[in-house]
Amino acid sequence: MSAVDRSLRGAAAIVGVADDVSPTGELDRFGRDLEVAMVLEALEDGGLALSDVDGVCHPESAVAFAEYLGVHPTFVESTMTGGSSYEVHVEHAAAAIAAGICDVVVSVYAATPRSDRTQGRRREWRRPAGPNPMAEWDMPYGLRTPMGPYALAAARHMHDYGTTSEQLAQIAVSTRQWATLNPRARYRDPITVQDVLASPLQVSPLHLLDCCLVTDGAGAFVMTSAERSRTLAKPPVYVLGAATCTDHMVIGQMPDLTTTPGAVSGPRAFEAAGMAPADVDLLMGYDSFTITALLHLEDLGFCKKGEGGPFVVDGHLGPGGSLAMNTNGGGLSFTHPGMYGMFLITEATRQLRGGCGERQVPGAEVAVAHGSGMFLSVMSTAVLGTEATL
Amino acid sequence: MSPERGAGETPTRFEPPVGVESEAFWEATREGRLLVQWCTSCDRGVFYPRVFCPHCAAGADALEWRTASGRATVYAAVVEQRPEAAGANFSGGEPYCVALVDLEEGVRMLTNVVGCPPDDVRCGMPVTVTWEPLSDGRRLPLFEPERKAS
Repeated sequence: MSAVDRSLRGAAAIVGVADDVSPTGELDRFGRDLEVAMVLEALEDGGLALSDVDGVCHPESAVAFAEYLGVHPTFVESTMTGGSSYEVHVEHAAAAIAAGICDVVVSVYAATPRSDRTQGRRREWRRPAGPNPMAEWDMPYGLRTPMGPYALAAARHMHDYGTTSEQLAQIAVSTRQWATLNPRARYRDPITVQDVLASPLQVSPLHLLDCCLVTDGAGAFVMTSAERSRTLAKPPVYVLGAATCTDHMVIGQMPDLTTTPGAVSGPRAFEAAGMAPADVDLLMGYDSFTITALLHLEDLGFCKKGEGGPFVVDGHLGPGGSLAMNTNGGGLSFTHPGMYGMFLITEATRQLRGGCGERQVPGAEVAVAHGSGMFLSVMSTAVLGTEATL
Repeated sequence: MSPERGAGETPTRFEPPVGVESEAFWEATREGRLLVQWCTSCDRGVFYPRVFCPHCAAGADALEWRTASGRATVYAAVVEQRPEAAGANFSGGEPYCVALVDLEEGVRMLTNVVGCPPDDVRCGMPVTVTWEPLSDGRRLPLFEPERKAS
């Protein structure tokens, strides 16, 4: 791997965000309609116009989406890494802006799996070209995706480190405590560890309440240069460091089920930012499942490898704890349309601007948005900070 | 597990496609032989089969097929409690075990561990290969708890 370069530090900033979710779990818009609405709202939030956009990120096709928007960008980014796609977009957009490739980049997400089902809309499912290891070596065995691979990681973590279902459940409980403070969250009633353990087993050892939601949801963010960001409507949220790592796609190829590639992306992003876990006021760590969040805590260095279980039951995570994690209520209680990484960024941005109401982390200056894609396959970490952190 | 069935019956499993690199693997399953692709350059097993060695980047001419012992150790195991949610009907609707197993040859593959209650499968458990027929005469490698030699 190349040495970490700090030239990105503070070179680009997030200046506009938008997202759309509903406590019913369903939105009344979908597809391009929803995507375009998110883009325009995020631009308006940042005091920018569509005509300012010269960079477009979209995990399916940035080219097709740019054409739809009617913009002619000098930067198109179609990286598709599942749920971590939008953190990868932050990293790449920051690099592109720093390099002068473009000035204003928009990234967008919209998915409506719940209303697609209730409204009977057919979902397009793109098939990979070429060899298909998942079909040939995994699908015959009935490993349910996405939760099956995460259940395997949980089972091995339990075997290696004595982690318990009660400890995993605490993550769902702490995250729900945050959700009670977010009026836009899908689920807001407090739950207990016993509630999690009493919820139906899905793929053992994971219970229903160890798993993220299935909701509609949409969001967008806008980035521009640090220089330009200071002339715009809202306080800039600077990208201090970002890094990505992947070490497998299908679960059978993961070198060690208890260590994700976040153990590489996290330290590299911190190094680029000149920071450490102790500097972080808010961790937005992709919680597709409770085990996912636990692995992030270890791999990013908030606790040692194997000590995630004791760490989460020590009261660190909920409101008033030492580490604010997933303050919007997370994928576990707020929203999860499939690739939740967008909401890590919208929440981190709003927290660093201040004004998150009851769930505001007091004096938050540094936030980490840590996206997890596919089957613990791709981790992308963005360290974000306010003006005071430059 | 599902009873034996012959060609022409309705498949009860998702039947795997045959990749261009893995024809030999699937052909050998017809005779109940478990093959592992082996790199003669770095002396390591390769799974899933590839056109080059992902460990040392040796080309296809360094790769050969070896017959595996069929012995393996469970690396991680889970139980699907809701087969209908997984779209799987090979277990007659009963919970089934999905596991990653480490073959003696040093490669790891996904499989089902059968021949014992699914909840009894543990990390570190020794298992051996067993076969389930597919509709086209190929067979799918499954694993079962190792029987103690008497």
